[in-house]
Amino acid sequence: MEQWLSLLDSTIRVATPLVLAALAGMFSERSGVVDIGLEGKMLVAAFASGAAAFVTHSPWLGLLAGVMAAVSMAMVHAFVSVTYNGNQLISGMAINTIASGITPVLGLAWFQQGGNTPQLDDDSRFHDITLPFADALSNVPVLGQLYSKLLSGHSILVYLTILIIPLVSWVVYRSRFGLRLRAVGENPHAADTAGVSVARVRYIALFWGGVLCGMAGTFLSVYQTGSFIKEMTAGKGFLALAALIFGKWRPLPAVLGCLLFAFADALQIRLEGVDLPIVGQIPSQAIQVIPYVLTVLLLAGFVGRAVAPKSIGVPFVKSR
Amino acid sequence: MKFGQPSTLPRWAQLSVLPVLNLLAALLVTGFVTWLIGEDPWECLQLLVSGAFGSGEGIGYTLFYTTGFIFTGLAVATAFHAGLFNIGGEGQAYLAGLGVTLVVLAFDHTLPPLVLVPLCILAAMGFGAAWAFIPGWLQAKRGSHIVVTTIMFNFIAYSLMLYLIGHHLIEAGSQNPTTREFGHNAWIPALHQLAAGVGIELPNTPLNLTFIMALLACVLFYLLVWHSRWGFQLRTVGVNESAARYAGINVSKTIMLAMCISGALSGFAAINELLGSTHRMNVSFTNGVGFVGIAVALMGRNHPVGIILSALLFGGLTQGGLELSFEKPVITREMIIFIQGLIILFCGALENLFEPFIAGLFKRKEDK
Repeated sequence: MEQWLSLLDSTIRVATPLVLAALAGMFSERSGVVDIGLEGKMLVAAFASGAAAFVTHSPWLGLLAGVMAAVSMAMVHAFVSVTYNGNQLISGMAINTIASGITPVLGLAWFQQGGNTPQLDDDSRFHDITLPFADALSNVPVLGQLYSKLLSGHSILVYLTILIIPLVSWVVYRSRFGLRLRAVGENPHAADTAGVSVARVRYIALFWGGVLCGMAGTFLSVYQTGSFIKEMTAGKGFLALAALIFGKWRPLPAVLGCLLFAFADALQIRLEGVDLPIVGQIPSQAIQVIPYVLTVLLLAGFVGRAVAPKSIGVPFVKSR
Repeated sequence: MKFGQPSTLPRWAQLSVLPVLNLLAALLVTGFVTWLIGEDPWECLQLLVSGAFGSGEGIGYTLFYTTGFIFTGLAVATAFHAGLFNIGGEGQAYLAGLGVTLVVLAFDHTLPPLVLVPLCILAAMGFGAAWAFIPGWLQAKRGSHIVVTTIMFNFIAYSLMLYLIGHHLIEAGSQNPTTREFGHNAWIPALHQLAAGVGIELPNTPLNLTFIMALLACVLFYLLVWHSRWGFQLRTVGVNESAARYAGINVSKTIMLAMCISGALSGFAAINELLGSTHRMNVSFTNGVGFVGIAVALMGRNHPVGIILSALLFGGLTQGGLELSFEKPVITREMIIFIQGLIILFCGALENLFEPFIAGLFKRKEDK
C-alpha cells in the first residue's frame, strides 16, 4: 500500500507538466496549427521563471515571467503560421532550437553558473501544500491514506492543473470559443464563411497554449528542482505531444495518456536494478522508450487509430 | 510543400538575395543578444571568422565539420524534394554509427582497409536507410505523419544506443560509455597524411577523405534530382502528390526510396565522425549533426551549391565558435545553436519575409 501510494504520488508529480503541455498542444493543434515547439516553449518558460523567481524572490512573479516568455514564443509561432502562412513544422523546430540555444547563453551571462540559474531559496519556490485535516486523516485506512498521502502535499500548480483539466474540457466541447476552435481546425473555409475569423481563433488558441506551456516550464524550475538546469525539459514537450496523439487530440484521453507515460516513468525509477521474476532486470531504457513506440504504433493504426484535426498544418488562405 | 508568400522575384534573386538577407537578419539578432550579454558583437565576429578561416588548422577543422553538415543537409534536402520533412537525421546517423561499429568490432583485425572501409560505408548507409525506411513506410502505407514518427524514432534511437553502448558495446573495464578504439584498418586516412605522402605539408586536422566523398555526393545528388527520371518523379511527388499519382508515378515507392536515400546520406555523417576522427563510438558522437542538416538544407534551398555554402557557414560557425569560446568564456557552443535556430526561423519558416521590401527594386529595373 505504502509503496503503491508513493508510486502514484510520483506519477502525479511527473504527469503535471506533461498534462499542461499536452493541453497546450491540444489548443494549438485543434485550431489547425501543428505545435512541435512545446518543448522549446517549456524550456524558455523554465528559464524565465527560474531567473525571475531568483531575482524577485517571488514564485508568482516567476510564474508570470515564465508565462510571458512562453507566450512570446507562441506569438512568434503564430506570426509564422497564421499571418505569414509559413511552414508550421519548421517554425516549431526553430523555436525548439532557439530555446535550447538562448537559455544557457543568457543563463551563463547573467548568473555565471554554467548556464543554469542559481538554486532558489525557500521563499522564492512553490511549496507542497498540506490540505486541511490531512494529518488527522492519515491513520484512516484506504480513504484517509489516499487523501493524506496522494491528494495532499502537492504544489499549488498541481491543484491548478487539476482544476484546469475539466475547465479546458468544458471550453473545448461546451463553449462558443471551443466550437469555433474545432471548426477552424477541421474546416477553416466553412468557419470563415460563417463569419468566424480564422486568424483570430488561431492566435487566441496559441496564446492559451503559451500560457499552459509557461505553467509547465515554471513547474519544472520553480517547484520541482528549484532552479533552471540546461536542457531540463529533456524531451517532455515531445512526450506531451505523444500523449496528445495518444489521446487522439481530446483533452481527457490526452490527460490519461500523460498519466500512463508518467506512471511508466515513475515505475522505471523504482525498477532500476531490481530483479523481477522470469524476466530478470529490465533495462531502464526499455521502459523509457514505451511512450514513443506506443505513439508510432498508434499513428500507424496498429493499436486503434489516431486521426488528426483535418486541416492541421495547412495555412488558411482566404478564398476570393 | 509550398508555404509562405509566393515569390515574384527573378529566380537568381530568390536563390541569392533573399537567403543573404535572411542570414543578415539572423546575424543581426545574434549581434543584439551578444551586445545584451555585454560583449562587443563586432569583435566577436572578427574572432569567430579568424578562428574558422584564419589559419590552416582552423580551415581544416572547419572543413571537417562541413563534411558532416553537407551529408545531413543533402539528407534533409532529399526528403524535402519529396515534400517530406525528415527530422530524424540525428537518429539515422546514430543508428548508422551502430552499423559501422558492429562491422569494425567484428572485422578490424582480419580484413584489410580496402575491404573494411567500404564495408563500413555500406553498413552505415544500410543502417541509416533502414532507420529512415520505417517512418517512410509508415507514411506511405499507413498514413502516419513522417514528422512525428521521425521525432519518436530519434528518441527510440537514443534509448536503444544508450542501452547497447552501456550494456554490450562498452569497452571492458571502462567507466565511460564508449566502445574500444577501432583498429587502424578501419581508419579513413586524414588529408594531411595523404598530402604528406606526396610531399605537401598540411596542418594536422581530422579533415579526411570523407570530405571528397561529400563533394562527390553533391554532384550525384544534383544529377539524381534534376537529371534523372527518378528525380523528376521525386520532385513531382513533392510539388503535387495527386498530380503525381494521376500521372502514373508510384507515390509510395518514391516516398520510401526518398527516405532510404535520406537515411543513407545521414549515415555518412557517422562515417566522417567515427572512422575519420574519434575512432571509437561514444553515446554523444552525433552531437546534433542531424539537426544542423535541417538548417543547412533550408538555407541552401535544397540545392547542392547552396548546401555546400551553408554547410561551410555552419562548419565555420562550429569551429570559429569553439575558438571564440576560448577567448570569450561567456560565449559558448549554445550561441551557435541559437544562431542555428534563428537561421531555421528566417531561412526556413520566413523564407520570403523580405521580399516585399526589395520587390520594388526589381520591378523598376524591368520597366526600364
